[in-house]
Amino acid sequence: MNSIQDRRQEYRSLFKQNVEKRLLVDKAVRIIVFSCVVIAIIPLGSILVEVFKNGLTAISIEFLTETPGSAGSGEGGIGPAIQGTLIIIGLSSLIGVPIGVMSGIFLSEYGDNSLARSVRFFNDVFMEFPSVILGIFAFLMIVLVIGHFSVWAGAFALSLIMFPIVARTTEESLKMIPMTYREAGTALGLKKWIITFRIIISAAKSGMVTGILLSVSRIGGETAPLIMTILGSSQFFSSMDTPMDALPLRIWRLSLLPYDSAQLQGWGAALVLIMIILGINLGIKYYFMNKKNGFFGQLIKQRRNTAK
Amino acid sequence: MDKPNLNLKKRRVISDKVFKIGATIAGTYVLVIVVLIAFQLISESYPIWEKEGLSFITKTDWNAVEDRESCGALHYIMGTLTTSAIAMMIGVPLSIGIAMFISDAPPKIGAPLGFLVELLAAVPSIIYGLWGLFVFRIYFRDWIETPLHNTFGENVWLFSGNPYGLDILTASIILAIMIIPTVSAVSREIMKAVPQQQKEAAYMLGATKWEMFKLAIFPYSKTGLIGASILGLGRAVGETMAVTMLIGNATSIGAIPKSLFGPSQTMSSIIANEFVESSPASIHTPALIGVGLILLLIDIVINVVAHLLVTRMLKIKEGAINN
Repeated sequence: MNSIQDRRQEYRSLFKQNVEKRLLVDKAVRIIVFSCVVIAIIPLGSILVEVFKNGLTAISIEFLTETPGSAGSGEGGIGPAIQGTLIIIGLSSLIGVPIGVMSGIFLSEYGDNSLARSVRFFNDVFMEFPSVILGIFAFLMIVLVIGHFSVWAGAFALSLIMFPIVARTTEESLKMIPMTYREAGTALGLKKWIITFRIIISAAKSGMVTGILLSVSRIGGETAPLIMTILGSSQFFSSMDTPMDALPLRIWRLSLLPYDSAQLQGWGAALVLIMIILGINLGIKYYFMNKKNGFFGQLIKQRRNTAK
Repeated sequence: MDKPNLNLKKRRVISDKVFKIGATIAGTYVLVIVVLIAFQLISESYPIWEKEGLSFITKTDWNAVEDRESCGALHYIMGTLTTSAIAMMIGVPLSIGIAMFISDAPPKIGAPLGFLVELLAAVPSIIYGLWGLFVFRIYFRDWIETPLHNTFGENVWLFSGNPYGLDILTASIILAIMIIPTVSAVSREIMKAVPQQQKEAAYMLGATKWEMFKLAIFPYSKTGLIGASILGLGRAVGETMAVTMLIGNATSIGAIPKSLFGPSQTMSSIIANEFVESSPASIHTPALIGVGLILLLIDIVINVVAHLLVTRMLKIKEGAINN
């Protein structure tokens, strides 16, 4: 009798020990895992704080509009760089977006054969190609052939980074549109390309815009391919056949200079660049992705309520 | 009575055919580009293969002076592999921890944290470089490298060498930060792909949360997690600007790392540093293109393996849900 009680007591304490130990391990893992998240967010916070803190002191109207002064003088600005970044983003979108969208349409609407499967696979692999290789490629294809640095070469290199991203997101968002939409179009006797452009794409617009903006924010910060295609310059854009400046290139050049004033200007340029890129990213997050609580979602809700 | 317009069908077929052909051309563009890149890199780097042969990847000289030209890329390959390996050692455990936390946290906490971590991917490489050069390097050198060097420097070769901040370790840590968003986002998707029944079964056996991860999630998602890490490795290998600004840019024999605190050079950074200054007529440009070709081959192998592993995992998921 007594021994059973004893054994019960023993088992109970063993059980307690076991559970306590396991709960302790569990708690430790929770803490470790949470600290992983904190460790990852610290650099992001530090980058943003430093860029804003140092960048804001550098920025003025002159800084945003003027050409760079002589090295180390701390005068002048990053006007050509901002202009160049906008030009290069526009031109590469001009090349990259149509190809990306058409390729996405191919993958989603005609994507049920072995050709499309291999295209999809190569698209995924190509997306991860080092950007510096694409720079070399554009250099060999354009700069070496025409014999001088060219804005087109830069735009071509960046469009190569852009179109796989656009193709991928276009495919994903076209696939989200239910088959019945296509069937309805066919039942009306519409041609396939009209169905695709007028019905499917207009329904899948927001996803596609998200993809395009994401790819724009990705190429806006690319530096390596621009080094060997548009080189960088300190003058405003004059023709397609001369070197041009861009924000990432300007940051790189400024960071190589040993002057404090150049460093400060680098932070200023970084602030402009990060505002463009984070602006696009946060904009996507809150205006397109978040349909329920985002800006557009709220507008739609309000309109519905007033209609009622 | 009007006859029905029989041409209508034919016209429709023609314009649709044009549309289909246009879409197919745009789709095959990527294949054409990949083939062209391979062809261009091989043909333009041909002089260096002709001159050096396979010793190009086993030699460590790097001399572009005329008449004394001698090029070998071994030290750059080693630089890339070392920095990427250290970045993986630091970045992958962190990313898997993040993925565990976010995949398991309630959406109200998990979603914004996940977004913040993914925002790390949106920060351009050049800004990582700038931050690493002017902010991170200073703190890291004063608070971590110098104490490590002072304590272990004489006994452990890893920590010998005077810490200056522009070295392998700094570049690797920046790389680790840069691969975190990729690896953690993919691993999160993969952890979410584990069927709910597996998790419930583990909980039913009385598992704690950590035991649930050990029993249900890790065995199930092992392949996918390895794939996610290799995807991160691909990123790290191809990364250019941030590394260029932090690695210290040693060339030739000096680029062989002697310790964690020594300067080095990676394949992408040597291209970024020297490509514009090299003259296409000499052996210098072909050598750099040859380095690019090796980089591309390594990157393609890594990415193909990663994609096969990841897609296999996500395919299993679909099958499991259907059952």
